[in-house]
Amino acid sequence: MVQVKVKGQQQMLSGMLHEEGITIHGETKTLQELEVEAPLVNTIYGVALNYKGVLAALGEAMHEAPYKAPPKAPVLYIKPRNTINSHRCPIEMPASVTELEMGATLGVIIGKRATHVPQQEALHYVAGYTIVNDVSIPHDSVYRPAVAQKARDGFCAIGPWMVEAAALPNVEDVTIAVSINGERRMETNTSQLVRSIPALIADITEFMTLEAGDLLLVGIPENAPRAVVGDAVCIDIAGIGSLENHIVPQKIGGDAR
Amino acid sequence: MKKARVAYDGIIHEASEASDGRLQLDDGRYVASDEVVWLPPVIPGTIFALGLNYADHASELAFQAPKEPLVFLKGPNTLIGHNSSTRRPGDVSYMHYECELAVVIGKSGKDIAKEEAYDYVAGYSVANDYAFRDYLENYYRPNLRVKNRDGCTPLGPWLVDASDVADPMNLAITTYVNGVKTQEGNTRDMIFTIADLISYLSSFLTLQAGDLILTGTPHGTVDTAVGDEVVTEIEGIGRLKNTVSGDEAYGRETTSTTKATIER
Repeated sequence: MVQVKVKGQQQMLSGMLHEEGITIHGETKTLQELEVEAPLVNTIYGVALNYKGVLAALGEAMHEAPYKAPPKAPVLYIKPRNTINSHRCPIEMPASVTELEMGATLGVIIGKRATHVPQQEALHYVAGYTIVNDVSIPHDSVYRPAVAQKARDGFCAIGPWMVEAAALPNVEDVTIAVSINGERRMETNTSQLVRSIPALIADITEFMTLEAGDLLLVGIPENAPRAVVGDAVCIDIAGIGSLENHIVPQKIGGDAR
Repeated sequence: MKKARVAYDGIIHEASEASDGRLQLDDGRYVASDEVVWLPPVIPGTIFALGLNYADHASELAFQAPKEPLVFLKGPNTLIGHNSSTRRPGDVSYMHYECELAVVIGKSGKDIAKEEAYDYVAGYSVANDYAFRDYLENYYRPNLRVKNRDGCTPLGPWLVDASDVADPMNLAITTYVNGVKTQEGNTRDMIFTIADLISYLSSFLTLQAGDLILTGTPHGTVDTAVGDEVVTEIEGIGRLKNTVSGDEAYGRETTSTTKATIER
């Protein structure tokens, strides 16, 4: 089962995916017909440096200034509410740059308040999973919070729906792939995470509460592909679906979304 | 006007400060300020916070003043109201308060000019943006383990209407620990002013009503201990009290297991 935020509906609705499309409240639509918005979420927390390949790429630099030591606790950041974007909606290229990093990631939606949760119970706190394109202006340093690079309007595409946790039992071994204009540009697997999903939930809730509806982005893999204006970007996660967005120039004079 | 959100008699109320110093609830009742549970005066949207935004504090922390604002974000789990307590984990050796002017955004805006920035301000409050220095790591510093702990940011007691604050860039900032003055500063010493910050943030994102900007703290942050009463005060905005509490009340112990998990 999936939970879908259908355009025009206040709440998420339960749906059943099948070969013809999706059935919601007895009505079947093809995926082309279905108009969705981002699943309803509260605070969005991202985890940096959570792919083995990303840590390997940093390598010795982790022991040098300004980092001085490898990270101990999960390295988190927040994608604020202005970043939320939906399936098939445009992502705006800021006027100051020519490329954007497509941060394909699995999104974990928390199902109930989680404080100081042991790792072996952590998955009981998960409502489901979604696909996220955690967009960034490319930046090398992870020393200071990358708010100007990661918190721009529309820089967090989420969707097309939330797959309920029970429908994705192999979440620790799912393939994540990114295609740009139909060409496969990156492929990874959640087995490559430094901290597994249960470990993340345990180590994060040791110092802060995750609320029902909070969205946890488990990490951006190494060699995240970059997109330019005009590109069509598709992120596939096996067992969830495909999240599609396209890159457009920033509207002249800014955009009050 | 000074507005608050309080719990009283089994329900949450909007309240305002009455002329006799009591609170007037939204149902007309008058109650004493110690009869209510004070909640953060705003339900926050995005919480922006500033590091190193006072030259004297920046030098205290042995950093050069930043060339652009050092902005970080905080989650809603951090906010608690006036008269509350904040947990000091048992393994922490340095937990310091940070008295900060909190700016509450009143309407949505993008690319806001400095000259028009105050049109977007609904009001002001006092924040105490505690930091737990033992947990500092040099990745997205200040990292969330330092700055995003549950209840680590008392806010209140009041939301003071912007129209009642003649010059928010000239307000005395004072912190008292157990009645002893430990921090003194003035909002005029901010490196990036309120107008600078609103203009800077809105240059790359849309600010929205309910967003909060915690504008940074001046010189004079010192360690606090379990049982300490910390009062952070900003002239004309409010006097925010918080007590530092220990692990016991939360049923938390720093066991070797938790340590192993953290250090993995």
